[in-house]
Amino acid sequence: MNLLSLQRRMAHAVMTPLTPSEGMRRISPNGRPMREVAAEFIKPNDRLSSFERLEIYNRQYWFRVLSSFAEDFPGLRAVLGGRKFDAVAKAYLSACPSRSFTLRNLCSRLESWLRRHPTWAGSRQALAIDMVRLEWADIEAFDGKALPALKPEDLAGADASKLRLRLQPYLRLLDLRYPVDDLLLGVRGDEDTEFSSNAFSERRKRKRVLAVARLEPTPIFLAVHRLEESVYFRRLEREEFLILSKLREGKNLSSAINSGLQKSPIEPPDRPAKIQVWFHAWAALGWFCRP
Amino acid sequence: MPASQFNNFTDYGIGIGLRAPHYNHILSRKPVVDWFEIISENFMIDGGRPLRILDQILEQYKVVQHGVSMYFGSAERPNREHLRRLKDLIQRTKTPWLTDHLCWGSVDGRYTHDLLPMPYTFEAAKITAQKIREVRDFLEVPIAVENVSSYAEFHVSEMTEWEFLNEVVERADCGILLDVNNIYVSSQNHGFNPHTYLAEVPAERVAQIHIAGHSKYRKYILDTHDHPVIDPVWRLYADAIRRAGHTATLLEWDDSIPSFDEVHREALKANKFLASESLATAV
Repeated sequence: MNLLSLQRRMAHAVMTPLTPSEGMRRISPNGRPMREVAAEFIKPNDRLSSFERLEIYNRQYWFRVLSSFAEDFPGLRAVLGGRKFDAVAKAYLSACPSRSFTLRNLCSRLESWLRRHPTWAGSRQALAIDMVRLEWADIEAFDGKALPALKPEDLAGADASKLRLRLQPYLRLLDLRYPVDDLLLGVRGDEDTEFSSNAFSERRKRKRVLAVARLEPTPIFLAVHRLEESVYFRRLEREEFLILSKLREGKNLSSAINSGLQKSPIEPPDRPAKIQVWFHAWAALGWFCRP
Repeated sequence: MPASQFNNFTDYGIGIGLRAPHYNHILSRKPVVDWFEIISENFMIDGGRPLRILDQILEQYKVVQHGVSMYFGSAERPNREHLRRLKDLIQRTKTPWLTDHLCWGSVDGRYTHDLLPMPYTFEAAKITAQKIREVRDFLEVPIAVENVSSYAEFHVSEMTEWEFLNEVVERADCGILLDVNNIYVSSQNHGFNPHTYLAEVPAERVAQIHIAGHSKYRKYILDTHDHPVIDPVWRLYADAIRRAGHTATLLEWDDSIPSFDEVHREALKANKFLASESLATAV
């Protein structure tokens, strides 16, 4: 057996899901007894069979990826509940094993996978997808690239009809159907409360989720951004979201503003002041970077 | 004075792994530490807090990079994105040498994020050495490979682990990050004498030493880095220092991480062995 075929065989075994009691499966996915499969390439010793030696790696793999998944998505866990969350994690990781050298990217395909497999989240599919989008945006905003912020002199003499403002790469813009920002902050708060018992914290999380799940979907617009190296969620007005999204697409300033204010209920006389306030806030938060 | 071409850092002393729970302590108290080892992958990112912390650490301390996912032993070619990001980080840290494991962990572009054991074959040694050379040529920094703890052995193996280590480092002409705890763990799991292993390691290639704790189960030992170093591992360390001379030494503590002071105190126990070696050399 050459190196590549041994590695393919072992990786296949190691990445095969565990049994409900967290052991290695007795039968491999292609129907062969795992004892036979393991014995073909792994030596037994005086204490452990080939199966048991392979099982150590099988268990290590799943414990590692499941723990990374759980660490990144406490909000999704609160939305789905522990049992369903574990099932989703196992199903996702079986379908989409890591393709990156870093565990940071382990769940980069979770949103698209969840959209393609709506049965996993059941009646909470929309809420679950919103939460996944927010938690992934949080990861990306945490370690995304920051470019030098735009300075007033960079704009000297600029023509608004041609000016293109570039947004910081770490800034994420989200349109969501549920107020999952409040829900996630609540969930994190529950986990950080050291004096409460696990059972109390779980009950409180369930209550929070139920309260949000019962809400009629109401669109919210959110910027997930970074300030002093901490990630924050900032609610945006619909028009702010649209203007920023157009700027991110590369539209020039006047075109982005026009698009953002189309169908806006803001009265035309009030618009200049609004725009000024928005741009002032965005600039103060460092969201614009030098071209 | 350098002990050999692979051990140019005899004055590095004793380092500890830079871990998130200690960031505040290190930045606010500025403890005297010879050097820190960072896990490269934690900082191969585009921006944010981890890089800002790293820059603050770099202002005051020597830093050496240690990787966990280069997978020199994987049959596939190195991942270009990985190499590009690693090179960026090397330019930031100016690490004097770079270490990663003598293992595999990915195949056909899928990653296990584990340090899987090598089959000790000549084919594997050749492929691994070629990859080490390729990575070193791209990164332009000396490389040392670390022996891993293992829980399985393969029928196809044609040599012992230490013979395989020798075969790889000779072919690649690279250094060794000698993990004495890993030697101990594997010796218990596979039933060999760890001092025999150590005696066969080419001492002149040892660029760095790792010490760590582990967890003992009924039928095997796991390399968990969550306990103090046990006496048999200190004895191996003493042996390693006797053979390789003063060598940069690092304590790994990655799980159930105690206070900074406790980790540092544990690491500094290595001084006793380094001092005896200095005395022996002087005499």
